[in-house]
Amino acid sequence: MTQQRRPHILVTGAAGALAQKVISQLRDTCDLVAVDFREQVYLGDDIPSYRIDFTKRVFEDLFRRYQFDGVIHLGRIMSSELTRMRRYNANVLGTQKLLDLSHKYGIKRVVVLSTFHVYGAVAYNPALIDESAPLKSVGLSADLVDSVELENLANIYLWRYPDLNITILRPCNIVGPGVRNTMSTLLASERAPVLAGFSPMMQFIHIDDMSDAIVLAYNKPVRGVFNVAPQDWVAYQHALKLCGCRRIPIPSIPPAVPKFILNTLKLRSFPSYLMAFFKYPVVIDGRAFAREFDFEPKRPLMEIFRFYRDNKKPV
Amino acid sequence: MSLGTFLKSKLVPAELDQHINRIRKPIGTLGYDPWGFNADAVKYGFSLTKQIYEKYFRVSAHGVEKIPADGPVLIIANHSGQLPIDGLLIGYALASRKKDPRIPRAMIERFFPTVPWLGNLLNEVGAVLGDPVNCAKMLANDEAVIVFPEGVRGSGKLYHDRYELKRFGNGFMHLAMKYNAPIVPVGVVGCEETIPAIANIKPLAKALGIPYAPVALPVVFPAKVHLNFGDPMHFDDLEIPEEQVTERVEMVKAEINRLIDKGLSERKRLF
Repeated sequence: MTQQRRPHILVTGAAGALAQKVISQLRDTCDLVAVDFREQVYLGDDIPSYRIDFTKRVFEDLFRRYQFDGVIHLGRIMSSELTRMRRYNANVLGTQKLLDLSHKYGIKRVVVLSTFHVYGAVAYNPALIDESAPLKSVGLSADLVDSVELENLANIYLWRYPDLNITILRPCNIVGPGVRNTMSTLLASERAPVLAGFSPMMQFIHIDDMSDAIVLAYNKPVRGVFNVAPQDWVAYQHALKLCGCRRIPIPSIPPAVPKFILNTLKLRSFPSYLMAFFKYPVVIDGRAFAREFDFEPKRPLMEIFRFYRDNKKPV
Repeated sequence: MSLGTFLKSKLVPAELDQHINRIRKPIGTLGYDPWGFNADAVKYGFSLTKQIYEKYFRVSAHGVEKIPADGPVLIIANHSGQLPIDGLLIGYALASRKKDPRIPRAMIERFFPTVPWLGNLLNEVGAVLGDPVNCAKMLANDEAVIVFPEGVRGSGKLYHDRYELKRFGNGFMHLAMKYNAPIVPVGVVGCEETIPAIANIKPLAKALGIPYAPVALPVVFPAKVHLNFGDPMHFDDLEIPEEQVTERVEMVKAEINRLIDKGLSERKRLF
């Protein structure tokens, strides 16, 4: 009797909280290999883990050695990390290398994690933006170029190599225990800056729900681009209040004033290139993903905010 | 009792609270919808508008019951008076009707979201950026949507052009046809006299980034407002050339003109 081979999956961005959640969900049924450009993380004896730069040639050795069936690419460097140039190299050129290798080694399923930032926060945004909307964030700041380029690249590979079965996920703000992105840092802080008079609508997804979404997406090979967001919304300043943050208003008009202030302060949690996202809403429509992959987020907003409120003081 | 609860008890009587709670809206767990509508803010807005509607403009509304009790509907009206007071009054008329009240959504100028505080406030009470995608998604959500097809051409009108309808855009007709939404025409009389403007300083408007800069007295006159709601108009969704769509728009425009004339003839005096 032949034993069925467990799927071999490469998971990138392994040092991040989200990747670790995904890994813990998949480790019982799949053979995983974890990589990260930042650090080598220990994930147990059964999961080989590497610190590796995708643009380096040794990266190909992993594909030769492990004969992957699928790739879950969560290793997008966030806009708050590294310099613009290094980020471009890692996110755009690194992803290209990853997709080229995936094609060369006959990978059958690729899930790429993108972000809702690609839509760009513009005053004229309608609400419930769907996946076919133009990506306007490039017009806002050069710091968001790599996020859009990564998507464009994944899109090109999506139609050029249909066998790769690429699915691109554009989640709203991922928050919850262990998440280190801008929004999570803000919600976790005691004082958070706001632009006076602006409280855009926002969407938040719990890290566990996002991890469920990624696993669901991986298991059903439907190609395409999908927003991932719960059907629930809250104004930014209201969210801060529910998280127990004191709001520090920054003068918001004329627009040059907050830009100058943020450029001077250089706050990691409130960078000037994300300023528009704290001014204008980017409300995405996650219904297509929910329908296609039968996804329903399980953690309500109040549970997310309660976590931040109860964990203000680091242990 | 916290300050918030105290203010709420004073400003939002229990009866009003129940009245608004009776109106079902597709909102999330924290009382918001994707466009920023907030049930609590609506209660305060309703309470304040009640005073403006009944005491200040002494609005007389006829035929508000003609707006269907449910399903998508477009409420199309003439726009006037520099500030969107007409939208507020139409909205209140529908939200306060005894039988089957609805909280309509108003499509507002693209300039409002850029104004601090005001932009958010308008969103909270149900106003939405006037984008066709927004309007389409709202109709798909079975909302009642107020649209002023004249846009700033109407609201920025000068006093000597009063009750003269400007060009109507065709967008609303396409949406009505696509979503099978009846159109309820409304003739608004009185708002033209609230802020009569004699000129528009275009260079100033351009410098400030606003749609128009009227020369007017800094007061809102308490003109008596008449709202006349017409019978719902139904249009099929056949594929027709733009010319015929324009003809349909003209039909709606003619009906609004008729309702305005009706209001003007009913009006005894300006204030």
